[in-house]
Amino acid sequence: MNKIMSDKRIIAMYTLPALLLILTLIYVPIVMTGYYGLMDWDGIGAMTFIGLENYAAVMTDGAFWSSAWHSFLLALFSVGSLVLYLGVSLVLAGNVKGADLFRKIYLIPMLLSSVAIAQLWMRVYHPTNGVMNRFLTSIGIENPPLWLSDTSIVLFAIFIPIIWQYAGFYIIIYYAALKNIPKELEEAAKIDGASPFQIAYKIKLPLISGIIKVTIVLAVIGSLKYFDLIYVMTDGGPNGASEVMASYMYKLAFRTNDFGYGSAIGFFMLVMILIVTYLIRRATATKDEVQY
Amino acid sequence: MSSNSTAVESSEGVKIGSFRLKITHLLLYVILGIVALVQLLPLVWLLLFSLKDNQEVFNLAPFALPSDPQWGNYARVWTDGNIGLYFFNSVIVTGSSVILTILLASFVTFAITRMQWKLNKLVLGLFMVGLMIPVHSTLIPLFSFFMNVGLMDHHLSIILTYTAFNLPLTMMILLGFYYTLPRELEEAAIMDGCSVHRMFFRIILPITAPVVATTAIINMIYNWNEFVFVNTFISSDSLKTLTVGIQNFIGQYSTDWGAIGATLVISMLPILIAFFILSNRIVEGMTAGSVKG
Repeated sequence: MNKIMSDKRIIAMYTLPALLLILTLIYVPIVMTGYYGLMDWDGIGAMTFIGLENYAAVMTDGAFWSSAWHSFLLALFSVGSLVLYLGVSLVLAGNVKGADLFRKIYLIPMLLSSVAIAQLWMRVYHPTNGVMNRFLTSIGIENPPLWLSDTSIVLFAIFIPIIWQYAGFYIIIYYAALKNIPKELEEAAKIDGASPFQIAYKIKLPLISGIIKVTIVLAVIGSLKYFDLIYVMTDGGPNGASEVMASYMYKLAFRTNDFGYGSAIGFFMLVMILIVTYLIRRATATKDEVQY
Repeated sequence: MSSNSTAVESSEGVKIGSFRLKITHLLLYVILGIVALVQLLPLVWLLLFSLKDNQEVFNLAPFALPSDPQWGNYARVWTDGNIGLYFFNSVIVTGSSVILTILLASFVTFAITRMQWKLNKLVLGLFMVGLMIPVHSTLIPLFSFFMNVGLMDHHLSIILTYTAFNLPLTMMILLGFYYTLPRELEEAAIMDGCSVHRMFFRIILPITAPVVATTAIINMIYNWNEFVFVNTFISSDSLKTLTVGIQNFIGQYSTDWGAIGATLVISMLPILIAFFILSNRIVEGMTAGSVKG
Protein backbone atom coordinates (compact mmCIF):
# COMPACT_ATOMS: atom_id res chain seq x y z
CA MET A 1 0.00 0.00 0.00
CA ASN A 2 2.50 2.61 1.17
CA LYS A 3 4.86 1.66 -1.56
CA ILE A 4 2.29 2.17 -4.28
CA MET A 5 0.97 5.39 -2.76
CA SER A 6 4.43 6.91 -2.55
CA ASP A 7 5.54 5.97 -6.05
CA LYS A 8 7.61 8.98 -7.16
CA ARG A 9 6.90 8.39 -10.83
CA ILE A 10 3.14 8.53 -10.35
CA ILE A 11 3.36 11.55 -8.06
CA ALA A 12 5.36 13.39 -10.70
CA MET A 13 2.89 12.41 -13.39
CA TYR A 14 -0.04 13.76 -11.40
CA THR A 15 1.66 16.92 -10.19
CA LEU A 16 3.91 18.14 -12.97
CA PRO A 17 1.39 19.18 -15.65
CA ALA A 18 -0.41 21.61 -13.36
CA LEU A 19 2.80 22.73 -11.70
CA LEU A 20 4.42 23.43 -15.04
CA LEU A 21 1.42 25.45 -16.11
CA ILE A 22 1.40 27.77 -13.08
CA LEU A 23 5.18 28.12 -13.16
CA THR A 24 5.17 29.08 -16.84
CA LEU A 25 2.08 31.27 -16.82
CA ILE A 26 2.12 32.81 -13.33
CA TYR A 27 5.48 32.59 -11.57
CA VAL A 28 7.89 33.13 -14.46
CA PRO A 29 5.81 36.10 -15.68
CA ILE A 30 5.88 37.91 -12.33
CA VAL A 31 9.67 37.60 -12.25
CA MET A 32 9.84 38.73 -15.89
CA THR A 33 7.67 41.76 -15.11
CA GLY A 34 10.28 42.91 -12.62
CA TYR A 35 13.01 42.23 -15.19
CA TYR A 36 11.27 44.00 -18.10
CA GLY A 37 10.87 46.96 -15.78
CA LEU A 38 14.63 47.45 -16.13
CA MET A 39 14.36 47.78 -19.90
CA ASP A 40 13.49 50.35 -22.47
CA TRP A 41 11.25 48.24 -24.72
CA ASP A 42 8.38 48.77 -27.13
CA GLY A 43 7.26 45.13 -26.96
CA ILE A 44 8.49 44.18 -30.43
CA GLY A 45 11.98 45.57 -31.04
CA ALA A 46 15.17 45.03 -29.10
CA MET A 47 15.38 45.74 -25.38
CA THR A 48 17.81 48.25 -23.95
CA PHE A 49 18.89 47.87 -20.35
CA ILE A 50 18.32 51.14 -18.52
CA GLY A 51 18.71 50.03 -14.91
CA LEU A 52 16.27 51.47 -12.42
CA GLU A 53 15.25 54.38 -14.64
CA ASN A 54 11.66 53.16 -15.09
CA TYR A 55 11.22 52.50 -11.39
CA ALA A 56 12.61 55.93 -10.56
CA ALA A 57 10.27 57.48 -13.11
CA VAL A 58 7.29 55.72 -11.50
CA MET A 59 8.18 57.32 -8.16
CA THR A 60 7.79 60.82 -9.59
CA ASP A 61 5.00 60.12 -12.09
CA GLY A 62 2.05 62.27 -10.99
CA ALA A 63 -0.38 60.35 -13.21
CA PHE A 64 0.64 57.06 -11.61
CA TRP A 65 0.21 58.37 -8.06
CA SER A 66 -3.12 59.86 -8.98
CA SER A 67 -4.21 56.43 -10.26
CA ALA A 68 -2.81 54.79 -7.10
CA TRP A 69 -4.80 57.27 -5.01
CA HIS A 70 -7.99 56.30 -6.89
CA SER A 71 -7.23 52.60 -6.31
CA PHE A 72 -6.71 53.38 -2.64
CA LEU A 73 -10.03 55.26 -2.46
CA LEU A 74 -11.71 52.30 -4.13
CA ALA A 75 -10.22 50.00 -1.49
CA LEU A 76 -11.41 52.26 1.34
CA PHE A 77 -14.82 52.45 -0.18
CA SER A 78 -15.03 48.67 -0.71
CA VAL A 79 -14.06 47.99 2.88
CA GLY A 80 -16.65 50.55 3.98
CA SER A 81 -19.33 48.82 1.96
CA LEU A 82 -18.57 45.58 3.80
CA VAL A 83 -20.39 47.14 6.79
CA LEU A 84 -23.46 47.48 4.62
CA TYR A 85 -23.21 43.88 3.43
CA LEU A 86 -22.69 42.70 6.99
CA GLY A 87 -25.82 44.55 8.12
CA VAL A 88 -27.93 42.92 5.41
CA SER A 89 -26.44 39.51 6.24
CA LEU A 90 -27.29 39.89 9.94
CA VAL A 91 -30.89 40.62 9.01
CA LEU A 92 -30.93 37.77 6.52
CA ALA A 93 -29.51 35.24 8.98
CA GLY A 94 -32.09 36.11 11.64
CA ASN A 95 -34.54 33.31 10.85
CA VAL A 96 -36.10 35.15 7.95
CA LYS A 97 -38.44 33.14 5.76
CA GLY A 98 -37.22 33.11 2.17
CA ALA A 99 -33.64 33.95 3.15
CA ASP A 100 -32.43 31.47 0.57
CA LEU A 101 -34.32 33.20 -2.24
CA PHE A 102 -33.16 36.65 -1.10
CA ARG A 103 -29.49 35.75 -1.10
CA LYS A 104 -29.81 34.17 -4.53
CA ILE A 105 -31.41 37.33 -5.91
CA TYR A 106 -28.61 39.39 -4.38
CA LEU A 107 -26.03 37.21 -6.09
CA ILE A 108 -27.32 37.66 -9.65
CA PRO A 109 -25.20 40.74 -10.60
CA MET A 110 -22.06 38.90 -9.46
CA LEU A 111 -22.66 36.26 -12.14
CA LEU A 112 -22.64 38.73 -15.02
CA SER A 113 -19.57 39.81 -16.94
CA SER A 114 -18.01 43.12 -16.00
CA VAL A 115 -18.34 44.19 -19.62
CA ALA A 116 -22.09 43.60 -19.60
CA ILE A 117 -22.42 45.37 -16.23
CA ALA A 118 -20.33 48.29 -17.47
CA GLN A 119 -22.37 48.60 -20.65
CA LEU A 120 -25.61 48.42 -18.69
CA TRP A 121 -24.55 51.08 -16.17
CA MET A 122 -23.31 53.36 -18.93
CA ARG A 123 -26.95 53.39 -20.07
CA VAL A 124 -28.20 53.81 -16.49
CA TYR A 125 -26.04 56.94 -16.26
CA HIS A 126 -26.90 58.23 -19.74
CA PRO A 127 -27.40 62.02 -19.34
CA THR A 128 -30.88 62.20 -20.85
CA ASN A 129 -32.25 58.70 -21.44
CA GLY A 130 -30.66 56.84 -18.54
CA VAL A 131 -32.95 55.55 -15.82
CA MET A 132 -30.97 57.45 -13.16
CA ASN A 133 -31.46 60.92 -14.60
CA ARG A 134 -34.99 60.14 -15.82
CA PHE A 135 -35.79 59.36 -12.19
CA LEU A 136 -34.03 62.46 -10.84
CA THR A 137 -35.82 64.70 -13.35
CA SER A 138 -39.16 63.14 -12.48
CA ILE A 139 -38.76 64.06 -8.81
CA GLY A 140 -38.00 67.65 -9.76
CA ILE A 141 -34.21 67.84 -9.95
CA GLU A 142 -33.67 70.05 -12.94
CA ASN A 143 -30.01 69.64 -13.78
CA PRO A 144 -29.11 66.09 -12.82
CA PRO A 145 -25.38 65.34 -12.82
CA LEU A 146 -23.50 64.13 -15.88
CA TRP A 147 -22.35 61.08 -13.96
CA LEU A 148 -19.54 59.81 -16.14
CA SER A 149 -18.24 63.05 -17.62
CA ASP A 150 -18.03 65.16 -14.48
CA THR A 151 -14.50 64.82 -13.08
CA SER A 152 -15.66 65.49 -9.53
CA ILE A 153 -18.15 62.61 -9.31
CA VAL A 154 -17.08 60.06 -11.91
CA LEU A 155 -15.17 57.94 -9.40
CA PHE A 156 -18.15 57.86 -7.08
CA ALA A 157 -20.42 57.01 -10.02
CA ILE A 158 -18.26 53.97 -10.77
CA PHE A 159 -18.25 52.82 -7.14
CA ILE A 160 -22.03 52.34 -7.25
CA PRO A 161 -22.11 49.52 -9.82
CA ILE A 162 -19.12 47.94 -8.07
CA ILE A 163 -21.08 47.77 -4.80
CA TRP A 164 -24.03 46.48 -6.77
CA GLN A 165 -21.92 43.80 -8.44
CA TYR A 166 -20.21 42.46 -5.32
CA ALA A 167 -23.05 42.75 -2.77
CA GLY A 168 -24.29 39.19 -3.24
CA PHE A 169 -20.81 37.70 -3.08
CA TYR A 170 -20.01 39.10 0.36
CA ILE A 171 -23.55 38.57 1.64
CA ILE A 172 -23.47 34.83 0.91
CA ILE A 173 -20.09 34.56 2.64
CA TYR A 174 -21.28 36.38 5.77
CA TYR A 175 -24.58 34.53 5.71
CA ALA A 176 -22.86 31.14 5.63
CA ALA A 177 -20.58 32.17 8.51
CA LEU A 178 -23.48 33.51 10.61
CA LYS A 179 -25.49 30.34 10.01
CA ASN A 180 -22.54 28.36 11.36
CA ILE A 181 -22.85 29.92 14.81
CA PRO A 182 -24.47 27.42 17.17
CA LYS A 183 -28.09 28.33 17.96
CA GLU A 184 -27.56 27.73 21.69
CA LEU A 185 -25.32 30.79 22.04
CA GLU A 186 -27.97 33.14 20.72
CA GLU A 187 -30.71 31.52 22.77
CA ALA A 188 -28.70 31.70 25.98
CA ALA A 189 -28.06 35.40 25.36
CA LYS A 190 -31.76 35.98 24.73
CA ILE A 191 -32.73 34.32 27.99
CA ASP A 192 -30.25 36.64 29.70
CA GLY A 193 -32.19 39.54 28.17
CA ALA A 194 -29.79 40.62 25.43
CA SER A 195 -31.31 42.71 22.63
CA PRO A 196 -30.87 41.68 18.98
CA PHE A 197 -28.34 44.49 18.56
CA GLN A 198 -26.34 43.34 21.57
CA ILE A 199 -26.42 39.77 20.28
CA ALA A 200 -25.22 40.91 16.87
CA TYR A 201 -22.50 43.18 18.19
CA LYS A 202 -21.24 41.26 21.21
CA ILE A 203 -21.73 37.66 20.12
CA LYS A 204 -22.15 37.21 16.37
CA LEU A 205 -19.59 39.66 15.03
CA PRO A 206 -16.74 38.46 17.29
CA LEU A 207 -17.53 34.87 16.32
CA ILE A 208 -17.21 35.58 12.61
CA SER A 209 -14.22 37.92 12.95
CA GLY A 210 -12.06 35.41 11.06
CA ILE A 211 -14.32 35.61 8.02
CA ILE A 212 -14.52 39.39 8.31
CA LYS A 213 -10.73 39.58 8.10
CA VAL A 214 -10.72 37.36 5.01
CA THR A 215 -13.30 39.58 3.33
CA ILE A 216 -11.31 42.72 4.16
CA VAL A 217 -8.26 41.21 2.48
CA LEU A 218 -10.37 40.14 -0.51
CA ALA A 219 -11.94 43.59 -0.84
CA VAL A 220 -8.60 45.41 -0.61
CA ILE A 221 -6.77 43.13 -3.06
CA GLY A 222 -9.75 43.20 -5.42
CA SER A 223 -9.78 46.99 -5.34
CA LEU A 224 -6.06 47.47 -5.82
CA LYS A 225 -6.13 45.38 -8.99
CA TYR A 226 -9.55 46.59 -10.18
CA PHE A 227 -9.79 47.11 -13.93
CA ASP A 228 -12.74 45.85 -15.98
CA LEU A 229 -15.61 48.23 -15.21
CA ILE A 230 -13.41 51.30 -15.33
CA TYR A 231 -11.74 50.30 -18.58
CA VAL A 232 -15.10 49.88 -20.31
CA MET A 233 -17.12 52.68 -18.68
CA THR A 234 -14.69 55.62 -18.74
CA ASP A 235 -11.30 54.30 -19.87
CA GLY A 236 -9.88 56.19 -16.90
CA GLY A 237 -11.36 59.48 -18.01
CA PRO A 238 -12.43 62.16 -18.16
CA ASN A 239 -8.94 63.56 -17.94
CA GLY A 240 -7.64 60.78 -15.70
CA ALA A 241 -10.32 61.39 -13.06
CA SER A 242 -11.18 57.68 -12.83
CA GLU A 243 -7.81 56.18 -13.75
CA VAL A 244 -6.70 53.31 -11.48
CA MET A 245 -3.34 51.51 -11.36
CA ALA A 246 -4.36 48.62 -13.61
CA SER A 247 -5.98 50.81 -16.26
CA TYR A 248 -2.96 53.13 -16.26
CA MET A 249 -0.60 50.19 -16.66
CA TYR A 250 -2.71 48.74 -19.47
CA LYS A 251 -2.76 52.03 -21.35
CA LEU A 252 1.00 52.48 -21.14
CA ALA A 253 1.77 48.96 -22.27
CA PHE A 254 -0.82 48.21 -24.90
CA ARG A 255 -1.57 51.65 -26.29
CA THR A 256 1.61 53.67 -26.05
CA ASN A 257 3.69 50.47 -26.37
CA ASP A 258 5.88 51.47 -23.46
CA PHE A 259 6.32 47.88 -22.27
CA GLY A 260 9.28 48.62 -20.00
CA TYR A 261 7.48 51.34 -18.07
CA GLY A 262 4.23 49.33 -18.04
CA SER A 263 6.13 46.37 -16.57
CA ALA A 264 7.60 48.56 -13.86
CA ILE A 265 4.09 49.62 -12.86
CA GLY A 266 2.88 46.01 -13.02
CA PHE A 267 5.69 45.01 -10.69
CA PHE A 268 4.86 47.92 -8.38
CA MET A 269 1.27 46.70 -8.18
CA LEU A 270 2.39 43.21 -7.28
CA VAL A 271 4.70 44.38 -4.53
CA MET A 272 2.08 46.77 -3.22
CA ILE A 273 -0.57 44.04 -3.06
CA LEU A 274 1.75 41.61 -1.29
CA ILE A 275 2.77 44.25 1.27
CA VAL A 276 -0.79 45.43 1.89
CA THR A 277 -2.02 41.85 2.30
CA TYR A 278 0.75 41.17 4.78
CA LEU A 279 0.02 44.37 6.72
CA ILE A 280 -3.72 43.68 6.95
CA ARG A 281 -3.10 40.10 8.04
CA ARG A 282 -0.68 41.34 10.71
CA ALA A 283 -2.87 44.21 11.88
CA THR A 284 -5.90 41.97 12.28
CA ALA A 285 -4.08 38.95 13.70
CA THR A 286 -5.27 37.99 17.17
CA LYS A 287 -3.32 35.90 19.63
CA ASP A 288 -6.17 33.58 20.40
CA GLU A 289 -8.71 33.02 17.68
CA VAL A 290 -12.27 32.84 19.01
CA GLN A 291 -13.43 29.27 19.28
CA TYR A 292 -16.97 28.01 18.95
CA MET B 1 -36.38 38.30 15.39
CA SER B 2 -36.79 34.56 15.57
CA SER B 3 -39.97 32.60 16.07
CA ASN B 4 -38.53 31.32 19.33
CA SER B 5 -38.42 34.74 20.92
CA THR B 6 -42.02 35.36 19.87
CA ALA B 7 -43.02 32.19 21.66
CA VAL B 8 -41.15 33.14 24.82
CA GLU B 9 -42.65 36.59 25.02
CA SER B 10 -46.23 35.64 24.24
CA SER B 11 -46.14 32.84 26.75
CA GLU B 12 -45.35 35.51 29.31
CA GLY B 13 -48.39 37.33 28.09
CA VAL B 14 -46.55 40.41 26.87
CA LYS B 15 -48.87 41.37 24.03
CA ILE B 16 -47.25 44.74 23.32
CA GLY B 17 -43.88 43.08 23.02
CA SER B 18 -45.17 40.63 20.45
CA PHE B 19 -46.77 43.48 18.48
CA ARG B 20 -43.46 45.31 18.45
CA LEU B 21 -41.76 42.16 17.31
CA LYS B 22 -44.14 41.86 14.41
CA ILE B 23 -43.37 45.43 13.35
CA THR B 24 -39.63 44.76 13.57
CA HIS B 25 -40.11 41.62 11.55
CA LEU B 26 -42.01 43.53 8.89
CA LEU B 27 -39.28 46.17 8.82
CA LEU B 28 -36.66 43.49 8.25
CA TYR B 29 -38.57 42.20 5.24
CA VAL B 30 -38.87 45.73 3.90
CA ILE B 31 -35.08 46.16 4.13
CA LEU B 32 -34.42 42.83 2.42
CA GLY B 33 -37.05 43.60 -0.21
CA ILE B 34 -35.50 46.98 -1.02
CA VAL B 35 -32.07 45.41 -1.43
CA ALA B 36 -33.55 42.75 -3.72
CA LEU B 37 -35.26 45.46 -5.76
CA VAL B 38 -32.04 47.43 -6.13
CA GLN B 39 -30.26 44.29 -7.34
CA LEU B 40 -32.96 43.46 -9.88
CA LEU B 41 -34.24 46.80 -11.20
CA PRO B 42 -31.30 47.62 -13.53
CA LEU B 43 -31.71 44.18 -15.10
CA VAL B 44 -35.48 44.55 -15.47
CA TRP B 45 -34.90 47.92 -17.10
CA LEU B 46 -32.37 46.31 -19.46
CA LEU B 47 -34.84 43.59 -20.45
CA LEU B 48 -37.50 46.23 -21.11
CA PHE B 49 -35.38 48.44 -23.33
CA SER B 50 -34.04 45.45 -25.23
CA LEU B 51 -37.61 45.02 -26.50
CA LYS B 52 -38.22 48.66 -27.41
CA ASP B 53 -37.29 50.83 -30.36
CA ASN B 54 -35.53 54.15 -29.81
CA GLN B 55 -38.83 56.01 -30.09
CA GLU B 56 -40.16 54.15 -27.07
CA VAL B 57 -36.90 54.27 -25.12
CA PHE B 58 -36.85 58.06 -25.36
CA ASN B 59 -40.56 58.75 -24.90
CA LEU B 60 -42.06 56.09 -22.64
CA ALA B 61 -41.43 55.95 -18.89
CA PRO B 62 -38.31 53.84 -18.17
CA PHE B 63 -40.26 50.93 -16.71
CA ALA B 64 -43.23 51.09 -19.08
CA LEU B 65 -43.87 47.89 -21.01
CA PRO B 66 -43.14 48.11 -24.74
CA SER B 67 -46.42 48.43 -26.65
CA ASP B 68 -45.15 46.14 -29.38
CA PRO B 69 -42.19 44.04 -28.17
CA GLN B 70 -39.37 44.30 -30.71
CA TRP B 71 -38.15 40.70 -30.80
CA GLY B 72 -36.55 41.70 -34.06
CA ASN B 73 -33.80 43.40 -32.02
CA TYR B 74 -32.60 39.96 -30.95
CA ALA B 75 -32.78 38.42 -34.42
CA ARG B 76 -30.96 41.43 -35.85
CA VAL B 77 -28.00 41.43 -33.48
CA TRP B 78 -27.66 37.66 -33.67
CA THR B 79 -27.14 37.78 -37.45
CA ASP B 80 -25.59 41.23 -37.95
CA GLY B 81 -23.25 41.22 -35.02
CA ASN B 82 -21.47 37.89 -35.28
CA ILE B 83 -23.05 37.16 -31.91
CA GLY B 84 -23.56 33.56 -32.94
CA LEU B 85 -19.87 33.17 -33.69
CA TYR B 86 -18.75 34.88 -30.48
CA PHE B 87 -21.14 32.66 -28.60
CA PHE B 88 -19.63 29.57 -30.18
CA ASN B 89 -16.08 30.77 -29.35
CA SER B 90 -17.09 31.34 -25.74
CA VAL B 91 -18.47 27.81 -25.54
CA ILE B 92 -15.25 26.33 -26.98
CA VAL B 93 -12.90 28.33 -24.76
CA THR B 94 -14.98 27.97 -21.60
CA GLY B 95 -15.63 24.27 -22.16
CA SER B 96 -12.01 23.34 -22.88
CA SER B 97 -10.65 25.36 -19.95
CA VAL B 98 -13.16 23.91 -17.51
CA ILE B 99 -12.34 20.32 -18.49
CA LEU B 100 -8.58 20.91 -18.45
CA THR B 101 -8.71 22.78 -15.14
CA ILE B 102 -10.75 20.15 -13.38
CA LEU B 103 -8.65 17.28 -14.68
CA LEU B 104 -5.32 18.87 -13.73
CA ALA B 105 -6.62 20.16 -10.40
CA SER B 106 -8.00 16.72 -9.50
CA PHE B 107 -4.66 15.10 -10.36
CA VAL B 108 -2.68 17.48 -8.16
CA THR B 109 -5.17 17.49 -5.31
CA PHE B 110 -5.16 13.71 -5.33
CA ALA B 111 -1.37 13.58 -5.26
CA ILE B 112 -1.15 16.18 -2.50
CA THR B 113 -3.83 14.81 -0.21
CA ARG B 114 -3.72 11.05 -0.80
CA MET B 115 -0.18 10.14 -1.72
CA GLN B 116 2.85 10.22 0.56
CA TRP B 117 5.73 12.50 -0.32
CA LYS B 118 7.81 15.12 1.40
CA LEU B 119 7.30 18.23 -0.70
CA ASN B 120 3.51 18.08 -0.84
CA LYS B 121 2.93 21.02 1.51
CA LEU B 122 5.39 23.16 -0.39
CA VAL B 123 3.73 22.42 -3.71
CA LEU B 124 0.33 23.13 -2.21
CA GLY B 125 1.64 26.48 -0.94
CA LEU B 126 2.89 27.34 -4.40
CA PHE B 127 -0.59 26.88 -5.81
CA MET B 128 -2.30 28.79 -3.02
CA VAL B 129 -0.03 31.85 -3.33
CA GLY B 130 -1.16 31.97 -6.95
CA LEU B 131 -4.52 33.25 -5.65
CA MET B 132 -2.95 36.57 -4.71
CA ILE B 133 -1.15 37.39 -7.95
CA PRO B 134 -2.75 40.31 -9.81
CA VAL B 135 -3.40 39.47 -13.45
CA HIS B 136 -1.94 42.78 -14.62
CA SER B 137 1.46 41.93 -13.18
CA THR B 138 1.69 38.96 -15.55
CA LEU B 139 0.10 40.49 -18.63
CA ILE B 140 3.15 41.89 -20.45
CA PRO B 141 5.35 38.77 -20.01
CA LEU B 142 2.43 36.53 -21.02
CA PHE B 143 1.88 38.70 -24.09
CA SER B 144 5.50 38.39 -25.12
CA PHE B 145 5.62 34.67 -24.25
CA PHE B 146 2.61 33.83 -26.43
CA MET B 147 4.07 36.03 -29.17
CA ASN B 148 7.33 34.05 -29.09
CA VAL B 149 5.74 30.59 -29.09
CA GLY B 150 3.28 31.57 -31.81
CA LEU B 151 0.13 31.27 -29.74
CA MET B 152 -0.84 34.92 -30.04
CA ASP B 153 -4.33 35.28 -31.50
CA HIS B 154 -5.01 31.60 -30.83
CA HIS B 155 -7.63 30.07 -28.52
CA LEU B 156 -4.98 27.92 -26.88
CA SER B 157 -3.34 30.98 -25.29
CA ILE B 158 -6.51 31.88 -23.40
CA ILE B 159 -7.42 28.28 -22.58
CA LEU B 160 -4.01 27.70 -20.98
CA THR B 161 -4.08 31.04 -19.16
CA TYR B 162 -7.59 30.43 -17.77
CA THR B 163 -6.51 27.00 -16.61
CA ALA B 164 -3.40 28.29 -14.85
CA PHE B 165 -5.21 31.13 -13.10
CA ASN B 166 -8.19 28.98 -12.06
CA LEU B 167 -6.19 26.01 -10.76
CA PRO B 168 -5.63 27.50 -7.28
CA LEU B 169 -9.29 28.28 -6.64
CA THR B 170 -10.42 24.95 -8.05
CA MET B 171 -7.95 23.07 -5.86
CA MET B 172 -9.06 25.02 -2.83
CA ILE B 173 -12.64 23.85 -3.31
CA LEU B 174 -11.55 20.26 -4.03
CA LEU B 175 -9.13 20.01 -1.08
CA GLY B 176 -11.74 19.93 1.68
CA PHE B 177 -13.53 17.07 -0.03
CA TYR B 178 -10.38 15.04 -0.73
CA TYR B 179 -9.20 15.31 2.87
CA THR B 180 -12.43 13.70 4.11
CA LEU B 181 -12.23 10.61 1.87
CA PRO B 182 -11.64 7.51 4.01
CA ARG B 183 -8.24 5.79 3.68
CA GLU B 184 -9.95 2.38 3.56
CA LEU B 185 -11.19 3.25 0.11
CA GLU B 186 -7.68 3.21 -1.33
CA GLU B 187 -6.51 0.34 0.82
CA ALA B 188 -9.35 -1.85 -0.42
CA ALA B 189 -8.72 -0.87 -4.02
CA ILE B 190 -5.01 -1.62 -3.80
CA MET B 191 -5.64 -4.94 -2.03
CA ASP B 192 -7.75 -5.89 -5.01
CA GLY B 193 -4.75 -5.21 -7.23
CA CYS B 194 -6.02 -1.90 -8.58
CA SER B 195 -3.38 0.42 -10.05
CA VAL B 196 -3.24 4.06 -8.93
CA HIS B 197 -4.52 5.26 -12.29
CA ARG B 198 -7.42 2.84 -12.26
CA MET B 199 -8.25 3.83 -8.72
CA PHE B 200 -8.14 7.53 -9.60
CA PHE B 201 -10.35 7.28 -12.65
CA ARG B 202 -12.70 4.51 -11.48
CA ILE B 203 -13.10 5.33 -7.79
CA ILE B 204 -11.84 8.77 -6.79
CA LEU B 205 -13.14 10.88 -9.70
CA PRO B 206 -16.67 9.39 -9.54
CA ILE B 207 -16.82 9.88 -5.76
CA THR B 208 -15.79 13.52 -6.07
CA ALA B 209 -18.45 14.19 -8.71
CA PRO B 210 -20.54 16.54 -6.53
CA VAL B 211 -17.64 18.83 -5.65
CA VAL B 212 -16.34 18.60 -9.22
CA ALA B 213 -19.74 19.85 -10.38
CA THR B 214 -19.43 22.79 -8.02
CA THR B 215 -15.98 23.73 -9.28
CA ALA B 216 -17.13 23.25 -12.88
CA ILE B 217 -19.93 25.77 -12.59
CA ILE B 218 -17.74 28.32 -10.79
CA ASN B 219 -15.04 27.93 -13.44
CA MET B 220 -17.64 28.24 -16.14
CA ILE B 221 -18.89 31.56 -14.77
CA TYR B 222 -15.40 33.03 -14.40
CA ASN B 223 -14.24 31.94 -17.85
CA TRP B 224 -17.42 32.94 -19.63
CA ASN B 225 -17.11 36.47 -18.20
CA GLU B 226 -13.35 36.93 -18.51
CA PHE B 227 -12.28 40.05 -20.36
CA VAL B 228 -8.65 41.17 -20.00
CA PHE B 229 -6.90 38.10 -21.41
CA VAL B 230 -9.11 37.81 -24.47
CA ASN B 231 -8.91 41.55 -25.03
CA THR B 232 -5.11 41.36 -24.94
CA PHE B 233 -4.26 38.06 -26.64
CA ILE B 234 -6.94 37.80 -29.33
CA SER B 235 -7.04 40.27 -32.20
CA SER B 236 -9.00 38.46 -34.93
CA ASP B 237 -12.68 39.18 -34.76
CA SER B 238 -13.46 35.57 -35.71
CA LEU B 239 -11.75 34.25 -32.55
CA LYS B 240 -13.23 36.66 -30.00
CA THR B 241 -15.43 35.47 -27.18
CA LEU B 242 -18.78 36.96 -26.31
CA THR B 243 -17.50 39.35 -23.62
CA VAL B 244 -14.99 41.05 -25.89
CA GLY B 245 -17.10 40.62 -29.02
CA ILE B 246 -20.07 42.47 -27.59
CA GLN B 247 -17.79 45.25 -26.39
CA ASN B 248 -16.70 45.95 -29.99
CA PHE B 249 -20.11 45.37 -31.45
CA ILE B 250 -21.86 47.75 -29.05
CA GLY B 251 -19.36 50.42 -30.06
CA GLN B 252 -20.82 50.39 -33.58
CA TYR B 253 -24.41 50.48 -32.37
CA SER B 254 -23.91 53.19 -29.80
CA THR B 255 -27.21 54.89 -30.54
CA ASP B 256 -29.49 51.89 -31.07
CA TRP B 257 -30.68 51.10 -27.54
CA GLY B 258 -32.77 48.11 -28.50
CA ALA B 259 -29.85 46.41 -30.26
CA ILE B 260 -27.49 47.10 -27.33
CA GLY B 261 -30.04 45.78 -24.85
CA ALA B 262 -30.64 42.63 -26.88
CA THR B 263 -26.90 41.98 -27.17
CA LEU B 264 -26.39 42.34 -23.44
CA VAL B 265 -29.35 40.07 -22.63
CA ILE B 266 -28.04 37.38 -25.01
CA SER B 267 -24.61 37.53 -23.35
CA MET B 268 -26.14 37.14 -19.88
CA LEU B 269 -28.63 34.42 -20.72
CA PRO B 270 -26.48 31.25 -20.49
CA ILE B 271 -25.18 32.20 -17.05
CA LEU B 272 -28.65 33.13 -15.81
CA ILE B 273 -30.11 29.86 -17.08
CA ALA B 274 -27.30 27.93 -15.41
CA PHE B 275 -28.03 29.86 -12.23
CA PHE B 276 -31.72 28.95 -12.21
CA ILE B 277 -30.85 25.27 -12.55
CA LEU B 278 -27.75 25.13 -10.35
CA SER B 279 -28.09 28.03 -7.92
CA ASN B 280 -27.28 25.90 -4.86
CA ARG B 281 -24.00 24.70 -6.33
CA ILE B 282 -23.04 28.23 -7.35
CA VAL B 283 -23.70 29.61 -3.89
CA GLU B 284 -21.77 26.70 -2.37
CA GLY B 285 -18.81 27.16 -4.72
CA MET B 286 -18.57 30.91 -4.22
CA THR B 287 -18.67 30.51 -0.45
CA ALA B 288 -16.16 27.66 -0.35
CA GLY B 289 -13.83 29.42 -2.73
CA SER B 290 -13.49 32.51 -0.61
CA VAL B 291 -13.95 31.50 2.98
CA LYS B 292 -10.89 29.34 3.08
CA GLY B 293 -8.72 32.02 1.48
